[in-house]
Amino acid sequence: MIDVLAPFLDATVRTATPLALAALGETLCERAGVINVGLEGAIIAGCLGAVVGSAAFGAPAGVVVAAVAGLAVAALFGVIVLTARADQIITGTAITLGAYGATGVLYPLSFGPGGAALDIPTLGPIAIPGLSRLPVIGPALFGQSILTYLLFALTLGAWWYLYRTGAGLGWRAVGEHPPAATAAGINVRRVQWLGVLSSGVLGGLGGAALVMQVGTFSEQMSAGRGFIALAVVALGRWTPHGALAAALLFGGATALQYRFQAGGSALPYQLFVALPYLVTLAVLAGGLGRARAPGGLGREAAFSR
Amino acid sequence: MRPRGWLPAAGAALGVVAVLAVLLALGGFDVGAALGAMVRGAAASPAVFASSTLVRATPIIIAGLAVSLAFRAGILNIGADGQLLGGAAAATTVALAIGDGAGALGIVPVLLAGLVAGAACAAGPAWLRRRHGVLEVITTIMVNFVVLHGVSWLVRGPLQEPTRVLPQSASIARALELPVLVPGTRLHAGFAIAIVVGVALHLFFRRTAGGFRVRVLGANPAAAAVAGRIDTAQLSTRVFLWSGALAGLAGAVQVLGVTRALYDNLSPGYGFTAIAVALLAGLHPLGVLVTGTFLGGLSAGAASMQRDAGVPAVLVSVLEASVILSVVVWRARQQRLLAVAA
Repeated sequence: MIDVLAPFLDATVRTATPLALAALGETLCERAGVINVGLEGAIIAGCLGAVVGSAAFGAPAGVVVAAVAGLAVAALFGVIVLTARADQIITGTAITLGAYGATGVLYPLSFGPGGAALDIPTLGPIAIPGLSRLPVIGPALFGQSILTYLLFALTLGAWWYLYRTGAGLGWRAVGEHPPAATAAGINVRRVQWLGVLSSGVLGGLGGAALVMQVGTFSEQMSAGRGFIALAVVALGRWTPHGALAAALLFGGATALQYRFQAGGSALPYQLFVALPYLVTLAVLAGGLGRARAPGGLGREAAFSR
Repeated sequence: MRPRGWLPAAGAALGVVAVLAVLLALGGFDVGAALGAMVRGAAASPAVFASSTLVRATPIIIAGLAVSLAFRAGILNIGADGQLLGGAAAATTVALAIGDGAGALGIVPVLLAGLVAGAACAAGPAWLRRRHGVLEVITTIMVNFVVLHGVSWLVRGPLQEPTRVLPQSASIARALELPVLVPGTRLHAGFAIAIVVGVALHLFFRRTAGGFRVRVLGANPAAAAVAGRIDTAQLSTRVFLWSGALAGLAGAVQVLGVTRALYDNLSPGYGFTAIAVALLAGLHPLGVLVTGTFLGGLSAGAASMQRDAGVPAVLVSVLEASVILSVVVWRARQQRLLAVAA
């Protein structure tokens, strides 16, 4: 049992890492009252950035370029949504569409029409001495890439910031009720910009985590993780720790799918992949406890008003 | 953005071509050769125009009408892609069950299956929006994934073709294929369906009390409830379901007219192109017929641009994105100017 469980948990955490990074960013963004559907665009931009940076200057540079690429995509989203005050959802959808196209065009331009055989330097797993040898959970928690450790640290930091500091309270107030936050002397625009940019950086890092696992780029390789992250955020009830837990659930479902596919089970493996979405819908319906979106989420510049 | 929106729309269409030229130049492609290949692929002759542009435009137009209907009522249905796929899956299932026993008459229940399945895919998000105020954006995207995985299971499980090799369904009976409209081309009756739906939706908005209520609901929900005594919750739900049904119809039409079978990547993101089409048309149903044809032509042209000039066809999604972004920014500006004037 244990020798099945340990690799399964390891795969779960590995699969969940890109998703959890992006979902953490989206949580911060939605807590500031902005829904960034363009997160998927930041992830795919991060993927291309990671490949470009890594191929040129090595894996650490890849991570940095990925974060910058995600930031750039989010900055474009921010200008349109926060400065020009256009509708968040339609803008986000368009940003994703544009990022798919732009990366699909830029990749063959940078690496030649083939490009597929590209082999870039990646970040290997770093085993934490002693702890990684723990039974069952050792490899899953202490034998991961540096980006996973970064995820753990950032999740903890975001939780502490949002729930244990005055500035975090202000941040959440912006998401719940912008006019009230303004009256309380909080600079709403600034918080919303920070939220949007965080989602971009973390989305980009999510893209980097993805690239560091597969070692190459392919068109639309983000495969909807930015959209899945929206579900993860909702399932995690708009908290950083909840998002991490929810991402692990989605990661576990995917890891389980691989096992069932390999094992030739009678149960359709698609059921496991679809299950987390159904759970999320159930949670949103209030069937599994209360989950409520920030009160001001996406309210500003709704399309029809 | 009522009929006055036509002028900016025409401007935007010209802008699209300009943006395309700039993108091509930036990419270091031969702009003339690429644009030439594009025009040839989309409209080298009337027959090519009918077979490629109009055939590609058909699902885009119907899905675009679905999105226009929802957006007009202030419902952000981002799930047209899943609803379309759900419609395609149901249509295929029913078509395979009917076979050629009923002749061409069998087309009717197949199209109905598409409508019903599309509405069913919208039902969950519509209910969650009404009962719990859950943002339809989050739920429709989730349903997209559920449907995607559902189809992936169908074409490898119960609906897989008899030899069990390919991940796709068996082909539908010849009798159920939509008839060709213009002999010598691939243009099928689905395009006529798209036109009929577009005109019907236009008349609904312009000439009926129900259409008026939908427009009021979208323009100002609070006023609709108070001054118009409209049951906004019920009307929203109804519009949401009809929007899903239309997207489902697009899927059914695509199966009966083009693909003739169900498979994984049946929709290359029609649901998202539909958003660009609807916005570019100012949410006007007749406008959607034009902008849908325009984007159908872009997509047909892009395919030939990739073949003949080596330009990646995904460039079109950059174009679609710039269209959407320009329209929403322009619209937000208009609204702020209106607010200042008032």
